[in-house]
Amino acid sequence: MAMTITEKILAAHSGRKSVSPGDLVEVRVDLAFAHDFTAPLAIQVFEETGAEKVFNRNRIALVADHFVPNKDIASAQQAKRMREFARKHRIRHYYEVGEAGIGHVILPEKGLVVPGMVVIGADSHTCAYGALGAFSTGVGSTDLGAVMATGEIWLKVPPTIRLEYTGKRRRWVTGKDLILYTIGRIGVEGALYSTMEFAGPVVRDLPMYQRFAMTNMAVEAGAKNGIMEPDEKTLAWVKGRSGLKPRVFRGDPDAACAKVIPIDVNAIEPQVAFPSSPANDRPLSAVGKVPLDQVFIGSCTNGWLEDLRDAARILKGKKAARGLRLIVIPGSPWILKEAVKEGILETFLEAGAVIGPPCCGPCLGGHMGVLAEGERALATTNRNFVGRMGHPKSEVYLSNPYVAAASAVMGRIAGPDEL
Amino acid sequence: MHPGIFEQPETFTGRYHQMKIEGRVWKFGDDVDTDLIIPARYCNTSDGAQLARHVFADSRPDFAGAVSAGDVVVAGRNFGCGSSREHAPLALKEAGIRAVIARSFARIFYRNAFNIGLPLLESGEAVDRIRDGEKISVDLSTGKIEDRTNHQTFRTDPVPDFMRELIRTGGLVDHVKRNKLKKKTVRRSR
Repeated sequence: MAMTITEKILAAHSGRKSVSPGDLVEVRVDLAFAHDFTAPLAIQVFEETGAEKVFNRNRIALVADHFVPNKDIASAQQAKRMREFARKHRIRHYYEVGEAGIGHVILPEKGLVVPGMVVIGADSHTCAYGALGAFSTGVGSTDLGAVMATGEIWLKVPPTIRLEYTGKRRRWVTGKDLILYTIGRIGVEGALYSTMEFAGPVVRDLPMYQRFAMTNMAVEAGAKNGIMEPDEKTLAWVKGRSGLKPRVFRGDPDAACAKVIPIDVNAIEPQVAFPSSPANDRPLSAVGKVPLDQVFIGSCTNGWLEDLRDAARILKGKKAARGLRLIVIPGSPWILKEAVKEGILETFLEAGAVIGPPCCGPCLGGHMGVLAEGERALATTNRNFVGRMGHPKSEVYLSNPYVAAASAVMGRIAGPDEL
Repeated sequence: MHPGIFEQPETFTGRYHQMKIEGRVWKFGDDVDTDLIIPARYCNTSDGAQLARHVFADSRPDFAGAVSAGDVVVAGRNFGCGSSREHAPLALKEAGIRAVIARSFARIFYRNAFNIGLPLLESGEAVDRIRDGEKISVDLSTGKIEDRTNHQTFRTDPVPDFMRELIRTGGLVDHVKRNKLKKKTVRRSR
């Protein structure tokens, strides 16, 4: 039977010859992930099940990335709970301040995810690993606690929505813009319970970091997972990072999709999502004058080294506008180190930026750049819900790193061509 | 059918949950995200009682103080979208909410709610007609929703069997305890 890439991975992990959308399957999990925000509840669940051992200490990754370095006593307690669990169960991939960065950056960077895997994470942006041709999806803490105990999870096989991108990308248009445009077009529940399969020559043309930005935000359209077929770029990216053997699944050409959506990128401009929904996007030329108090460059969507390079290219020799706070947070310690070596950090510092330690930072309003009432921020993050970065009466706009950097200089939302 | 999670457990020893619910309606709109249900700044704890104090802190500050056990949330499309935080259904459940009726649910929230024993029902019709503050009753096993204030009845799909078992026994923890781990122990001892 013809199957999509997602169906093939789920079939292979549930011991079946084939699966169809709607089937409930029990799936073998290759990697389970949680962070300091969701792990404590998952650990509580794990303990309540009465399990004495984790299913496999090599197949669990615990990363302190949300409220670290510990922002207050309660967060410190949470981080401690995760640390003690990791020590007790000798969790191999436990990363904390110093080695830790954003989980969704660290895991691919360290080669823990390769094509063909099933990754279950207690974080909604776990869908990011689909850029590697893996099935990955976010769950809550109870599911994750049960996965840590059993190594299995029940899943409903999702129908596939195939998005085919053709045409030529304009200047300053990145994977982030393509996904913002797509979410704007199909809506925040446009892919509810479904797979978003990103395909077409434009996707194959994208560098890996921009592919990650696309699959990362699949959840913002309600999708269960985002996925791309692995190609030479994927395999080259994985090679040298990982001792794990990639398992390349490709969709059958005649596999049934619930929908096929062709997207012509020729006319797509850099996108800006207005408050308070990632689907509320506008082309840059239709933004108007939006003065800003803060610009944040970082997060699991745009915290890769290449994202920082893109921003630095715009900021080189320039200064952030007076009164605007520019916050840059590299996605991992390795990225931070490389950014130092390449002189990127110097560019940021000369522009008046503050550099945060690798972590999720202000993306979810935890710390390191929380907004006050009435303040407005442009961020390279993935969510701009009400109160996401602070006060319920603050505003968050989303963009790619080029636009974020240019906006920091202009003090209002602006594209690089305006500089 | 692949064996395992779909097998009927032989006995129930967990916390039994009601299949019939009666309470006040708290009405919300579309795309209620988990940041709105419980802002991240209150999620530096896993303690349900503490989380319940801050449920809808920004969007509906009167909620936490006025909600009582048995109440029902009725909302529009895509309820529970955004962050995977289980703190959201947990805060609702601990605050006393016994069911959520919405036009549609975001998928992670859907899983999380059933996993912790908070039932969800989908009914566009009920969402259109039921208003804030009304008294309603919900029968999870038949999918019948009764508006006690305006004497209207709505029928929706009952909660799927597998989900109903999760609710009956208190959620996924008991399910895993009863089925999966026992199975593993047996397998190991052979």
